[in-house]
Amino acid sequence: MSPGSAADLVVAVVHPDLLGTYGDGGNGIVLSRRAAWRGIGVELVQATSDRPLPTADLYCLGGGEDGPQVRAATTLREDGTLARAVAGGAVVLGVCAGFQLLGRSFPDRSGRPVEGLGLLDVTTAKGTGPRAVGELAAVPLPTGPLPAGVSAGGRPLPDLTGFENHGGVTTLGADATPLARVTAGVGNGDGSCTEGVWSERIVGTYLHGPVLARNPALADLLLGWATGTAPEPLDDTEELALRTERLAAVATGSRRTGRLRFTASRGR
Amino acid sequence: MTDPYHPSPPPSPAPLPARARAAVAAVAAVNGTSRLLGRGSGTVIGGRAGLAVDPGLLTELGRGRRVAVVTGTNGKTTTTRLLAAALEGAGRTVVSNTTGANMPAGHVAALAADRRSAWAVLEVDEGYLPHLLVQTRPAVVVLLNLSRDQLDRIAEVRMLVDRWRAALSGLPGDTDCVVVANADDPMVVWAAREAPAVRWVGAGQVWHEDAVGCPSCGGRIAFSPDGDWSCGGCDFARPGRDAWVDGDDLVTAGGDRYPIALGLPGRFNVANAAMAAVAAPIAAGDAAMAAVAAPIAAGDVAADGAGDAAGDAAGVGLTPDGALRRMAAVDEVAGRFGSVIRAGRPVRLMLAKNPAGWTAIFDLLGEAGDGRPPTVLSVNARVADGLDTSWLWDVPFERLQGSSVVATGERCRDLAVRLRYAEVDHTTVEDPLRALDTAVARAGPGAPVEFLGNYTAFADLRGRL
Repeated sequence: MSPGSAADLVVAVVHPDLLGTYGDGGNGIVLSRRAAWRGIGVELVQATSDRPLPTADLYCLGGGEDGPQVRAATTLREDGTLARAVAGGAVVLGVCAGFQLLGRSFPDRSGRPVEGLGLLDVTTAKGTGPRAVGELAAVPLPTGPLPAGVSAGGRPLPDLTGFENHGGVTTLGADATPLARVTAGVGNGDGSCTEGVWSERIVGTYLHGPVLARNPALADLLLGWATGTAPEPLDDTEELALRTERLAAVATGSRRTGRLRFTASRGR
Repeated sequence: MTDPYHPSPPPSPAPLPARARAAVAAVAAVNGTSRLLGRGSGTVIGGRAGLAVDPGLLTELGRGRRVAVVTGTNGKTTTTRLLAAALEGAGRTVVSNTTGANMPAGHVAALAADRRSAWAVLEVDEGYLPHLLVQTRPAVVVLLNLSRDQLDRIAEVRMLVDRWRAALSGLPGDTDCVVVANADDPMVVWAAREAPAVRWVGAGQVWHEDAVGCPSCGGRIAFSPDGDWSCGGCDFARPGRDAWVDGDDLVTAGGDRYPIALGLPGRFNVANAAMAAVAAPIAAGDAAMAAVAAPIAAGDVAADGAGDAAGDAAGVGLTPDGALRRMAAVDEVAGRFGSVIRAGRPVRLMLAKNPAGWTAIFDLLGEAGDGRPPTVLSVNARVADGLDTSWLWDVPFERLQGSSVVATGERCRDLAVRLRYAEVDHTTVEDPLRALDTAVARAGPGAPVEFLGNYTAFADLRGRL
């Protein structure tokens, strides 16, 4: 529970005015509804950039444009709340630009590196190829975030599905563990054929969709981390229908695993 | 700038060189074959064939005509229609890409099919504005608004706006081109303020979600409830307006007030009409050169109103007021806002393509309650719609709580999940026509039904009715 709120669980969408371009605010909606449907008293906060970041149990950062991404990183670093919350055990989901700025550095519009928050051991550079745009599918790795009893029902995380749209290439450092292996699309794009990272209680990913609407098991994993107990299953019939459709679409579609697009063109 | 007392001669399409004539023949042949084979009207495919024969065809077809281009994220098709109606009503012969084919192949097809009309009003895809500026040297450019749309295809707002800015600031200093720009949208202002001549219109902009970060300094733009805005970090602010929307009126800086009475519903169409009304006198040209040369507040051409009776081929002067009156007859645009009867129930057909558009339509639907008609929502995600459906989560579907909703379209499953989390009761029926009949069955005899679809979902249903 966060001080200053009567709710059991506070979910904050971080800087939706800067990192709200790609519909990732939906992750906050998914988390708060899935908590509420289980009887957890939840408060969803839209934490805009014009005021100090509030204390929360779970922070969601979404995709945004280059300029606003730099502004969000600067504001969050000066504010300091997010780093303190992470040190205190808060759960963080970063998507796309919101993933990149959690790392050590990321490129601005012209490709110059900007200092990130350093909460994830990843570095992002501007890709030399075209933007990675399209459906992305990835199989969670055995090294993925699966502490027993925390993912819903203790089951392994199922395949991840979403839509990527980014020009950055993210390289993982020694302290970052990849989230999943790419089966369609680009993902991190650093030649490792991986998508996303996780570390302690932070997940970074390139998946839009939003990612938690497409992958409710990942939503429950984050909720489990935040509440300390494995959430009970919900009737996810509609999410399952969507997942089945999307995973089938990439299986039959023409989108190849696109790592070569970034790695082969580098150094040219 | 043209001397108002010695206006330029009326526009007239220039004769085509041989290669362009061959290209026009190719457009006609391909489109004719396409129609013969039942493959639709074939507009775009014919245009592509013409451009393959002569890559400079758009320039040739535009030469000698007085061209107006209309672009922006939302309202392009409607504003194009309103502007064309205003010009036609004032005696101008107008060619326009009325089918919504708003890329160069569509422009070529429309212009090739009508070689006579001296005025062209062209709806232009946001990404093609720089191309159209070079190819058609328009007399007026209408910039409506910019917000997130089809992020996988069109690019982010700031990338797009920088391309507009570069193109508009690159217009030659002696150009006759006047930009009519929405002063209430900071992104539009950022692009337009480098243009040689701008008329600023306060048309309103409900959607601010893409404009908070200042394009000039990266600071934060603050909006006041009355629509004024300024950046906290630099001097970027709303420019002085030549005209603005006040309630249902268009007001000019000179103190004139013109009623906006439309056959189309919604606040967003009042905004579209205001933009078209300011653009119309400039687009009309010739006899209205006084209005072109000075901001509209400085004086209108008095002859307005005589045109309907005179039927003068060269047209008459057109004022914003006269333009607005001629727009009133437009009550549907490419089937949008129109109604069809299905099993005795009137079905209102509406199109919205992106979060700003859907939010505007929800304003139009009114408050939720028992009295709200059954509503069909249809979503596709083809190339023309944008392949990523994440935008559904920026749409405040929560406002439909308490309504009877049927989710349909090729991406009905994305929509169903969104509605689940918005806690809106819904049924999912994949086939749009069956979905419509499900809603029709829920409506009482003679009671209305609403249909709201995105771009290809709307076109699909229209095609099947």
